[in-house]
Amino acid sequence: MKVILRQPRREIEVEGVSKVADLFKQLDLVPESYLVIRDGELLTIDMPVGPDDVIELRPVISGGSP
Amino acid sequence: MKCKVCRDRAVIQVRRHNANFCAPHFVDHIHRQVEKTIHHYRMFRPSDRLVLGVSGGKDSLALWDILTELGYRVDGVYLHLGIGEYSSDSLRFTQEFAESRGLDLKIVDLPTDVGFSIPQAAAATARTACSACGLSKRYILNQVAAEGGYDVLVMGHNLDDEAATLFGNVLQWNPEYLARQAPVLPADDGGLIRKVKPLIRVAERETAAYAVIRGIEYEVEECPMAAGNTINRYKEWLNALEEQSPGLKANFLFGFLDRGQPAFASHRGSVELAACAECGQPTTGEVCAFCRLRRQTLVKISSRAAS
Ligand code: SF4
Ligand SMILES: [Zn+2]
Ligand SMILES: [Zn+2]
Repeated sequence: MKVILRQPRREIEVEGVSKVADLFKQLDLVPESYLVIRDGELLTIDMPVGPDDVIELRPVISGGSP
Repeated sequence: MKCKVCRDRAVIQVRRHNANFCAPHFVDHIHRQVEKTIHHYRMFRPSDRLVLGVSGGKDSLALWDILTELGYRVDGVYLHLGIGEYSSDSLRFTQEFAESRGLDLKIVDLPTDVGFSIPQAAAATARTACSACGLSKRYILNQVAAEGGYDVLVMGHNLDDEAATLFGNVLQWNPEYLARQAPVLPADDGGLIRKVKPLIRVAERETAAYAVIRGIEYEVEECPMAAGNTINRYKEWLNALEEQSPGLKANFLFGFLDRGQPAFASHRGSVELAACAECGQPTTGEVCAFCRLRRQTLVKISSRAAS
């Protein structure tokens, strides 16, 4: 499947993933720091995903000194 | 996962509340959290004149939407920092949001109105970009709020911002900062406007989710000056801990505010504020930190232009 990463924006191909949770494991990312978006909709960690999906992993951390 | 309220498919899991929500019930949940926070800390009343500091990021735009949905009338103020594409994109998101909802937005352009950009200030002084930026934001937002006759300056700081700031202040054991970090900073006679943080109970992941659900377009890309920013690193660490112990960030912050902070009360200090000799805004010295930053930066810029 195609995975869109941000900061900066780039795309990668990921294989062998059937659930959102696998994606975090494979990319070694902390779920608390990201939203998972498919077709403008948020996906929870248990949701199935397939090879034809385009998934954005959007970081939620932003900002510098207050 | 199913929504805790209606059993429809959930779009977000809020582990520290042990709850999952569908989109409409998550929106309700966030509205309730913010309304509760406003009442709990007596932040403002509907009759108060409110101005919100907006950056074009998820937190301030989500908060503008939330407060408007809750029935508050809130104007916005945007500070253009002169940081290339990042600033122009953030401004565009802010303007589009304000226009789509018929909200009043005031724009202060640091390079045009004051004469320098944040990268120029960082190059001309000993401050880092984020320190010059923080100082400029605090100064300009307070100035706009005071001159506009507003009662309250509303800020979009979320739970993660506050927890990470607290973490930094604890690592340094900085008693003055620890004494002052609060959801409400009261007005003072010197001209500081009352400042409040209604998103303090909402995690960063939730403000981002709220923005996506509400169809709010915001600046996702990071400010180029933020690279290696310590606050962001603290946020990553706290999230790694939160992943293992849901609720850790909220316990850390609210445990401190309830039980830890009273121990630092004597450090709150009774610093005498006087009017800055150059601009009249409140300061502890003769000339305020912003006026010093501006003077130093403008001197550097003009000497460079001359050589
Ligand atoms: S990262 Fe630093 S310079 Fe950039 S907007 Fe945030 S505080 Fe300002
Ligand atoms: Zn529901
Ligand atoms: Zn001054």
